[in-house]
Amino acid sequence: MSQYLFFTLSILTIVSALYVVFSRNPMHSVLSLIFCFFTIAGHYVLLNAQFLAIVHIIVYAGAIMVLFLFTVMLLNLNKETEPHKTNWIKIAAVIAAGMLFLVLIASLKSTELGPFHLPYRSTIGFVQNIGIKLFTDYLLPFEVSSILFMSAMIGAVMLAKKEK
Amino acid sequence: MMDWSIIIEKSILVVVLFGVSLAIAAYSTYAERKIAAFLQDRIGPDRAGPWGLLQPLADGGKMFFKEEIIPNASDKFLFILGPCIFMTTALMTSALIPWGKSMNIGGREISLQVANLNIGILYIFAIVSVGIYGIMIGGWASNNKFALLGAIRASSQMISYELAMGMAIIAILLTSNSLNIRDIVDQQEGFKWNVFYQPLGFLIFIICAFAECNRTPFDLPETETELVGGYHTEYSSMKLGLYLFAEYTNMFISSAVISCLYFGGYHFPGIDSLHLSQNVAALVSVAVLFSKTFFFILFFMWVRWTLPRFRYDQLMRLGWQVLLPLAIVNVLITGAWLTYFK
Repeated sequence: MSQYLFFTLSILTIVSALYVVFSRNPMHSVLSLIFCFFTIAGHYVLLNAQFLAIVHIIVYAGAIMVLFLFTVMLLNLNKETEPHKTNWIKIAAVIAAGMLFLVLIASLKSTELGPFHLPYRSTIGFVQNIGIKLFTDYLLPFEVSSILFMSAMIGAVMLAKKEK
Repeated sequence: MMDWSIIIEKSILVVVLFGVSLAIAAYSTYAERKIAAFLQDRIGPDRAGPWGLLQPLADGGKMFFKEEIIPNASDKFLFILGPCIFMTTALMTSALIPWGKSMNIGGREISLQVANLNIGILYIFAIVSVGIYGIMIGGWASNNKFALLGAIRASSQMISYELAMGMAIIAILLTSNSLNIRDIVDQQEGFKWNVFYQPLGFLIFIICAFAECNRTPFDLPETETELVGGYHTEYSSMKLGLYLFAEYTNMFISSAVISCLYFGGYHFPGIDSLHLSQNVAALVSVAVLFSKTFFFILFFMWVRWTLPRFRYDQLMRLGWQVLLPLAIVNVLITGAWLTYFK
C-alpha cells in the first residue's frame, strides 16, 4: 500500500516539478510548484515525519509561495513584455546548470543506498522528539539560525523603510 | 490489511460532518439575515416556509439555476479551481476537531473525531493558510482589476493576521504541553477553561479569527463601496455560492476551534455529577460543543451588524503594530509564569 503511495507521489512530484520549468505561464508554474511542495509533504508523511510535513506546508506553501504568487500577479507578466535573452546568456545558463548537475551527481555518487542500519524509531518525526533533539543536541545551531532570521527580517524592514 | 470497520466508521463520521457543516453554513445565512433584521428593527426573510425557515433552500436552488458566466478573458481552469480550493479547504479543517467524548456501540469504542493527529492544531493552521489560494487564484483568474485588488487585500490580510494568531496559539501550547486538540480540550475539564488563563491570548485569537474569515469589521476584500464585489466580482451562479458558503463554513469551523482552544470544547462543569451512561454523556458533550460553537457564530454576526468597517491602513496597523507585539508579550508572560511559578 505505502509502496503504491510512494510511486504515485514520486511521479506527481517529478511531473509537477518539470511543469514548473517548462510552463510558459508564470502563474501556472508557481501553482505547480505549490503542488510539488504538497507532494513532498506527502513523502514526509510516508516517512512518519508529520511535524516536518505540516511545517513544510505552513512555511513553503502557506507563506513563501503566497508571496511568490503576489509578485507574479503584480508584475503582470505576459509574452509581449518578456525580455529577450541573448545567446550568450543562454549558453552561460546551460554551463552553470550543467556544473550544478555535475556537483550533485558527484556528491550523490558516494552515498550508500544499502538498507537502513540505524535503529529505526517510528516516533522519530514526532514533535516531542524533534523538540528535545533541537533543544539539547542542536541548541547552538538552532539559536544561531534564529538570530540569522531575525537579522534578515530587521534588514528587510530597514531597506523597505522610506528615508525621512 | 486494514480493519474495514474503522474505514466504515470513519466514512460515516466524515459524511455526517460534511452534511452538518454544510447545513450549518446554509442556516448561518438565514441566521445572519434574521439577526441583521433584528438589530435594524426589521422583520427579515419570512416568505419561504414558516418564519422564512426554507429561505436557505430557496437561495441554494436559485444559485444552482442561475446562468453560469465564465468571462472570456479569464484563465478558465484557474477560474473554476479557485472556488473549489476555497470550499475544499473550508471543509477539511473539521476533521481534527474532537466533536465529543467517545461512544460505545456494540462493544466498540467510537471516537467522535475523524483523525487524532498529534500535530492537531498545526494541521488546522496549515489548511487555513492553504485556503488563501482559493481567493488568490479566483481573484487573479477573473482578469478583473477589482477582483485582483480584492484577492491581494484578502491574502495580505490573512498572512498578516496569521502571525498574531500563531503567536496566540503558542501561548496555549506552552500551558498545555501538547499540539493535540483532544489533549488541549481534556486539560480544560472542570471549568479550567483556557480563557481564564489566557484572556489576552483569547482576545488576540478571536480578532485574528475575524480577519481570517474576512468578516466585518475586516471584510476589506469584498467592500462593495470600493471594489464592487471584491475577489468574487466576476463569479456567478453556484461558484459564487461556493465562495459565500465556504465563508460561512470557515466561520463555523473557527467558532468550533475557539470553543475547543479557549472554552473547554465538549466539557461543561458539573456534567460528571449527573452520572450519565457513556453514550448519553457523549451525545450531551456533542450538544455542549455545538451550543458553544453556535454562541460564537452568533457573536460573529452580532459584531458584523454593530461595528463599521476598518480602513485598510488601520487594518494593517492593527495587525502588525498592535496585535503582533501584544501576542509576543503574551508568549513572554506565559513563559515567565511557567518558569517561575510552576
